[in-house]
Amino acid sequence: MNGRETRNSVEDVWGLRTPYEGLWPSRVDQRVSAEPEQWIQSACVLCSNGCALDIGVKNGKIVGVRGRAEDRVNQGRLGPKGLHAWEANHHPDRLTTPLIRRGDRFCEVGWDEAMELIVRRSKEIRDRHTSSAIGFYTSGQLFLEEYYTLAVLGKAGLGTPHMDGNTRLCTATAGAALKESFGTDGQPGSYTDLDTTEALFSIGHNMAEQQTVLWMRVLDRRRGPNPPKLVIVDPRPVASTLEADVHLAPKPGTNVAVLNGLLHIMIERGWIDERYIHQHTVGFDRLKQTVGKWTPDAVERVADVPTPKLRAAAEILGTTRTLVSTVLQGVYQSMQATAAACQVNNLHLIRGLLGRDGCGIYQMNGQPTAQNTRETGANGDLPGFRNWENPRHIQELARLWNVSADVIPHWAPPTHAMQIFRYCEQGSIRMLWVSGTNPAVSLPDLPRIRKILDKKELFVVVQDAFMTETASRADVVLPAALWGEKAGCFTNVDRTVHLSHKAVDPPGQARSDLDIFVDYARRMDFRDRDGAPLIKWRTPEEAFEAWKACSKGRPCDYSGMSYAKLTGKSGIQWPCNEQFPDGARHLYVNGHFNTDPEYCETFGHDLDTGATVTATQYRADHLRGRAIIKASDYIAPYEEPDESYPLWLTTGRIVYHFHTRTKTGRAPALEEIAPDAFVEMNSEDAMAYGIQEGDMVEVRSRRGYALAPARFSAIRKGVVFMPFHYGYWDDNTRPRAANEVTLPEWDPVSKQPHYKLCAVRIRRT
Amino acid sequence: MHIALYLKMVRDSERQLAKAFVTVANHHQQEPDMEELCRLLASWSRIKAQSAERFIQKYGEEHDREPARLYSDLFQGPRRGGLALLRDLHDLWLLGTEAEICWTLLGQAAQALRDTDFVETCQQNTSQTRRQLSWLETRSKQAAPQSLIAA
Repeated sequence: MNGRETRNSVEDVWGLRTPYEGLWPSRVDQRVSAEPEQWIQSACVLCSNGCALDIGVKNGKIVGVRGRAEDRVNQGRLGPKGLHAWEANHHPDRLTTPLIRRGDRFCEVGWDEAMELIVRRSKEIRDRHTSSAIGFYTSGQLFLEEYYTLAVLGKAGLGTPHMDGNTRLCTATAGAALKESFGTDGQPGSYTDLDTTEALFSIGHNMAEQQTVLWMRVLDRRRGPNPPKLVIVDPRPVASTLEADVHLAPKPGTNVAVLNGLLHIMIERGWIDERYIHQHTVGFDRLKQTVGKWTPDAVERVADVPTPKLRAAAEILGTTRTLVSTVLQGVYQSMQATAAACQVNNLHLIRGLLGRDGCGIYQMNGQPTAQNTRETGANGDLPGFRNWENPRHIQELARLWNVSADVIPHWAPPTHAMQIFRYCEQGSIRMLWVSGTNPAVSLPDLPRIRKILDKKELFVVVQDAFMTETASRADVVLPAALWGEKAGCFTNVDRTVHLSHKAVDPPGQARSDLDIFVDYARRMDFRDRDGAPLIKWRTPEEAFEAWKACSKGRPCDYSGMSYAKLTGKSGIQWPCNEQFPDGARHLYVNGHFNTDPEYCETFGHDLDTGATVTATQYRADHLRGRAIIKASDYIAPYEEPDESYPLWLTTGRIVYHFHTRTKTGRAPALEEIAPDAFVEMNSEDAMAYGIQEGDMVEVRSRRGYALAPARFSAIRKGVVFMPFHYGYWDDNTRPRAANEVTLPEWDPVSKQPHYKLCAVRIRRT
Repeated sequence: MHIALYLKMVRDSERQLAKAFVTVANHHQQEPDMEELCRLLASWSRIKAQSAERFIQKYGEEHDREPARLYSDLFQGPRRGGLALLRDLHDLWLLGTEAEICWTLLGQAAQALRDTDFVETCQQNTSQTRRQLSWLETRSKQAAPQSLIAA
């Protein structure tokens, strides 16, 4: 590349340290292939961190990016994926025209022909089988305006309950745990908490590789005055764990045992805030009783965590005056996902460490716009964190959209992704519309997913920027515009909203997801009660205004924002309204939570079974804005290693790739440094199987197998690891996707699949 | 005193319920959640059946075949087709309510016996049974619209 970069971020992932305490100094990271003629304001879409950046444009093409120094999220910094993946926008593989399958091949067609086919099939299926035969599976990477439009056309146009996002695989547990503890979704803390906190607790979250810029912030604190103590729980030795003061490496599937052990020690030692517990929570007695048996010895027996280490961790967490906790897939994609995530909430609740500077919980998101999928209801929830079991919330939406309340699906819980695919398999869903995601690589048990997508009776529409493994199995492929080629907002994990402006035109005939959804709604002729079009907007800004009205009065209140306000300065945290015109750093500042029965997003669930708590039971607790401490005992994983499949497989990501590499695999420097899958194992395990580093290894489970070269590390004995990024669009010579072997089972509350554990056997091939 | 009859009934109900959960787990492995959850709930029923033993030793046992009849009436081989899941969940619920009412009635008697250990066991088991029923209701309500309308 001819151009300039402030560092080689592939080799130097986190860049130079700027040690600090208090105000994080700025450091502007940049990488351009030519001197831009203009810079267009945007933010990064390569992870959930939401780093603000400007897109450099020359001759109508993107030529690079630079971080925005004035933004609260990153103060100018960017990670390797953000600095490189924009190159995919101009890749020759981009889809530029709609395609219709005719036999074994795709034919290029115009938009009219493609959309008319979709509309004709939609109407046929709806008329014969009701809208319950139509499902939508969307993404964590579209923009807020697009999700909201999809949610409205799905819920008030078609009236189908079958809509979910791939957020089901990634942040469903984050949302579920926040709802169970605090009444609604919404992250309580702010990234600025890291600037002053005395301690950081990270569980199942490889921050150094997942959110590289957030990790820069942690490293800068660690090198500055009064560095925060660092406690990390992760079964693998990764970049983050090397930095930890205490690293716990439990056996896969034992998070609840470890967390109950930590809570046990804290309660036993009296490291709790009794006043806060009494005034602001319910359920402490039950917690105390449940964790009572989880002595350090009991934890060691189940999780294989040495008792001195558990005690050392508990002492840090129990005595610190401020604490930031982060949770991610090591919890969300493992046994008892929601139950474990709730125990982290409990840890903050019993110590009263919430709602002030230095104290935050990040039930992390994985994807850049996953927060918006959840807020707008494109994940199957109702828009604005409304409760599908609360008739008044349904009425509110019916009034807002000017439709009859009985159009809006609320007769059963919204259908989650794995169930949508099950209905497709059984044939009760006959049309599936996939936007911006790649289930043929990302869902568990791929042999089965391929069979479902290939079903003749299932009409599959795929809307994407590239010919993904999923698109290649579709009946209709719609070419979508990418980030940089359209305007729209998205919200990061600390509730900061950024507006990404349009920098360049999409290639060929590609259209934004918003344009496609609006066009579908128009052609379907969805109307409100007065005969006016249901979707009353066309442009992103008009869609944003509609969303503002929908969010007003709800926790995720955007009503005080505008495109103008989001342009030129830093991103803004919601809630942003009359009370908080510049946004709010913390939720639950006075220990008042969103648990009022008329306000909450859910009446909650039994964490072990997923059974719903009824409205009557919920009201009986007289919560009056108190948080709910939900306890859970440890349950052993359902599939454990045995004689035939003696090892654990766990899966995860690496720093250079995002998801199924549709973009990062087309950024040359990222692809060059991480071109292929691998099987990471302990050298002692390898020796037992006669495996040398680099040998091709078969990893086989009860469901399927994958092949990848061996790589050695200090990972726990008995556990092997595979990255989940690699599929088949660029290498179809061997089964190499980790999800060929993973389990389709899920967490009973969040319905998130258990990617982090299944039993496998390995052999050299 | 007929408490022995009810103790036998509740133990057998729980055994039948455990067996039924395992049967349904095996029949519906293709559902992403059924196998895991049904096996977990079967284990709860086994624990409850076990807990009845202590009081059978104490209060004796009287014979009756009611729960087994209920099981064989409900589960006559695996069901097939789009309604199978809903019908199986529905039957599990019927079996579960049998166990629930047994524990509730025994709980009343236990109080009259001033047997605090027995009272506590009945309370715990009633509450575990309600958790099972509550899941069955949640899951069948979820399955009902799709099974009855679109399948």
